[in-house]
Amino acid sequence: MIATPLHLLLLLVLPPLLLGVINKTKAFFAGRVGAPFLQPYYDIAKLLRKGMVVSSTTTWVFIAGPVVSVAVAVVAGLMIPLGNVGPVLSFTGDFLLFAYLFALARFFTVSAALDTGSPFEGMGSAREVTFAVLTEPALFFAFLALARLSGSLSLGGMFAIGSTPAFSVGNAAPLVLVVVGLFIVLLAENCRLPVDDPTTHLELTMIHEAMVLDHSGPLLGLIEYGSSVKLFVLESLVLNLVLPLSALPVWLGAAAWAVGLIAVSAVVGVIESSMARLRMSRVPTLLIAAILLCGSAFVMLVR
Amino acid sequence: MSSVFAVLIGACLIAFSGIPAALGRKKSKAGQWCTVSLFAIGSALGAAGAILALLQGGVPSVIHPWALPWGQFFVSIDRLSAFFLLLVFTVPFLGSVYGLGYWKQSEHPENGRRLGVFFGLLTASMAMVTISRDAVLFLIVWEVMALSAWFAASVESEKEEVRKAGWVYLVATHIGTLTLLAMFALWHKATGSFSLDLTDSVPMGTAGLIFALAVIGFGFKAGLMPLHVWLPGAHANAPSHVSAVMSGVMLKMGVYGIIRMASLFVSCEPWWGAVLLAVGCVSALFGIAFAMGQRDVKRILAYSSIENIGIITMGVGVALLGKAFGEPTLVILGLGGALFHVWNHGLFKSLLFLGSGAIIHAADTRDIEALGGLAKKMPVTAFLFTVGAVAISALPPLNGFAGEWLIYLGIFKTLSVAAGSSMPLAAISAVVLSMVGALAVAVFVRLVSTVFLGSPRSDATDHAHDPSPSMWLPMALIALACALFGVLPFAIAPVLDGAARAWLPLRDLGPTIPSLVPQLWITWMNAGLLAVLAVGALWYRVSARRRVERAARPTWDCGYARPTARVQYTGSSLAEQCVRLFSFALMPARAKVRLERPFAEPSRFDVTVNDAVLDRCVLPLFDRVNRATPRFRVFQQGQTYLYVLYVVIITAVLFVLGLSGVIA
Repeated sequence: MIATPLHLLLLLVLPPLLLGVINKTKAFFAGRVGAPFLQPYYDIAKLLRKGMVVSSTTTWVFIAGPVVSVAVAVVAGLMIPLGNVGPVLSFTGDFLLFAYLFALARFFTVSAALDTGSPFEGMGSAREVTFAVLTEPALFFAFLALARLSGSLSLGGMFAIGSTPAFSVGNAAPLVLVVVGLFIVLLAENCRLPVDDPTTHLELTMIHEAMVLDHSGPLLGLIEYGSSVKLFVLESLVLNLVLPLSALPVWLGAAAWAVGLIAVSAVVGVIESSMARLRMSRVPTLLIAAILLCGSAFVMLVR
Repeated sequence: MSSVFAVLIGACLIAFSGIPAALGRKKSKAGQWCTVSLFAIGSALGAAGAILALLQGGVPSVIHPWALPWGQFFVSIDRLSAFFLLLVFTVPFLGSVYGLGYWKQSEHPENGRRLGVFFGLLTASMAMVTISRDAVLFLIVWEVMALSAWFAASVESEKEEVRKAGWVYLVATHIGTLTLLAMFALWHKATGSFSLDLTDSVPMGTAGLIFALAVIGFGFKAGLMPLHVWLPGAHANAPSHVSAVMSGVMLKMGVYGIIRMASLFVSCEPWWGAVLLAVGCVSALFGIAFAMGQRDVKRILAYSSIENIGIITMGVGVALLGKAFGEPTLVILGLGGALFHVWNHGLFKSLLFLGSGAIIHAADTRDIEALGGLAKKMPVTAFLFTVGAVAISALPPLNGFAGEWLIYLGIFKTLSVAAGSSMPLAAISAVVLSMVGALAVAVFVRLVSTVFLGSPRSDATDHAHDPSPSMWLPMALIALACALFGVLPFAIAPVLDGAARAWLPLRDLGPTIPSLVPQLWITWMNAGLLAVLAVGALWYRVSARRRVERAARPTWDCGYARPTARVQYTGSSLAEQCVRLFSFALMPARAKVRLERPFAEPSRFDVTVNDAVLDRCVLPLFDRVNRATPRFRVFQQGQTYLYVLYVVIITAVLFVLGLSGVIA
């Protein structure tokens, strides 16, 4: 019974910290002290108290974008296992809902961006929807491979693979491929380098930050929070495959999970510090590589 | 029995619903009301008959001999027919109500009455298609359906574009009918009867040939790629409520044909399912990719119909794999999902076509690049259209997701079934489906935001306003149905189960949809999602809205002093990257722009995505045949009596050949 409150606690409270960890890592590599780990919390709290400017071009869709993206990230987060802290809600076919919930968020985020009529946000939108066409197949190949391995059709079963006999040296090759593939999906979906640069927002090459250019105040706060939850959710997916926790007591598992996520965020930070952003026309190549990685994992398992 | 008669009488009323108005005066408003009333009574009666058949079970039929040399009048309603009948008796009725505002008799005195007659005839013949159990009767009503759709779609025949689209449709549909003719002839030869009854006496080779011919023949009507050539043009140029019925209901008759013919053989081979899965994947993926490249509202919707028919076909393919390998789970999930999607697509696609009619009514253009910002001027239409767009992109919490969820699970179940070692490869179609889903989001975000959001791109939208209630009420009803089916998918699970059992009557299917997949969870999750969204909306209303700065501000423009609506991203620029990704299939035509010297001349750039199959293969082929065979033109005299003479000569030749025993 303690698992559900722990899951909710992790899901709702931890996410902004992960952004803080990434920023701290980047600061470390740049030789700076950097903002405190808790800076994203302060930012969100401040944004929620501020006033906002809403363009007169916009309609209700502009408001719906941030609201939907937070709602969706939280609902999707309820369905994933966090190591040995099981999912709050789990049922056959929940992975489909999981994938399509993020598509719903994409629908409204992009519409909200286009609602402003700004060309920058148009550019961001066009990229967002195009890259999703390549990340979704990678995600589904990963689902197929994991469903085949675990014999389960729910996220709880597929990603709790660490506690099953399928998690063995014999299956190491496909699992490694899936982890690498999912990690690329994570970087792309969360707008991290080398796909997107979250720290600048007026360059013509940006995706997510360009789309939220006109949101301010509480709505921007929601967007920041929503994207941190999304980062948490996708990092947890990957972490489930590399950090199998089954023997620990639940509370210890939750603590280990927080540490694990911080480690994954640090890895993201290292990647951001050591790589340049890809040229926009090269991004599809990277995403197709993710499709091929997850696809080969699946084909290996079918034989 | 009573259910069959209710459906037959309903179909009759609908078939003749346009006649009183046709006999009346040119601008008579009463005439159109009379048409709609007859339509309403007929639809109610027919729907009641279909529901009665669903409740009673069994296979009520009516058989009557007739004077034609072949076949007989043989109709019956099993649960599969009843399932399709419900669609036939709802969407066209809503379309006819919509016509009261959209195609007012007073505004279209020349063709309004003609449209009424053929709209009714189209609906009635579709009802007959779903209940005919005799090949000859089937072909007759099939042809009536094809022709009345042609008449209804090309009422504005004074326009060159409409006539051209009509021609392509007429040729395509007749190639399809010819294939069906061959298919039924083969059926007659194999079974010795024109009755479409379950058979196990046909050898597998012949059965496979019949099935292949059925996929081609019905595929023309359903719009499976690459047989879809007629579809975009015909849908774009028909009046919007006719497009809604053609796309929402008539395409499903092609699907029905494939499903019905596949059900008539007691056993089948795995390649049947594999073929449908492959064809479904191609249609779905390239259908939606072509939709991305269009700039005509209705062509976008038409290509998306090809995509959705592809998704339905994938479901049927899974069901056929299940039938071949004896896996009831696959049959129930595949066919259940396909049929659910038949209804769903019937609903949200007609909603979108009716919405496109409202846009055309308001702005008098179908070009999305001339529109923009309509949400401010037509909020009701914008909201309903957005609902349709979310539903068709298969996003929760609406019905598109609930239906595709079943198909997806069916595909994923192929991973774990015992039979067939290569079965799991079928699961790769789930990946295609996910890609299709992402593209659908891209296509419909682009459509909604280019038309309704941002600022107007031309003065076409200056006088736009929401349409009259007779136009938005049918749309609102359909939107409501989309939401209900999305949140309460278990409510129609028994109907799907019944239809799946009617499809495979001899085998005991065992499990039902609710016992196989937790549909109730979809209800809870969708309801929960709606609740969370409601909390978000409440938060904005109560708390956040107070923080909005009062003064009206424009969109931030990076300090540029004179922003105009023309700097907005256009639909084409939104689509550009996706189109480039799929350029190997779409083959977009790009204008070449040369900027040579300083102070270059003004120049134009545009990218057009034409239909690769029609414009690059079919039309050039026809053109070449036409040029290569000038001598045959002597036969084409345009005189009716000569054509009758040809018929007489051929009949005589066949008669002689038959007597001499050359052909059996």
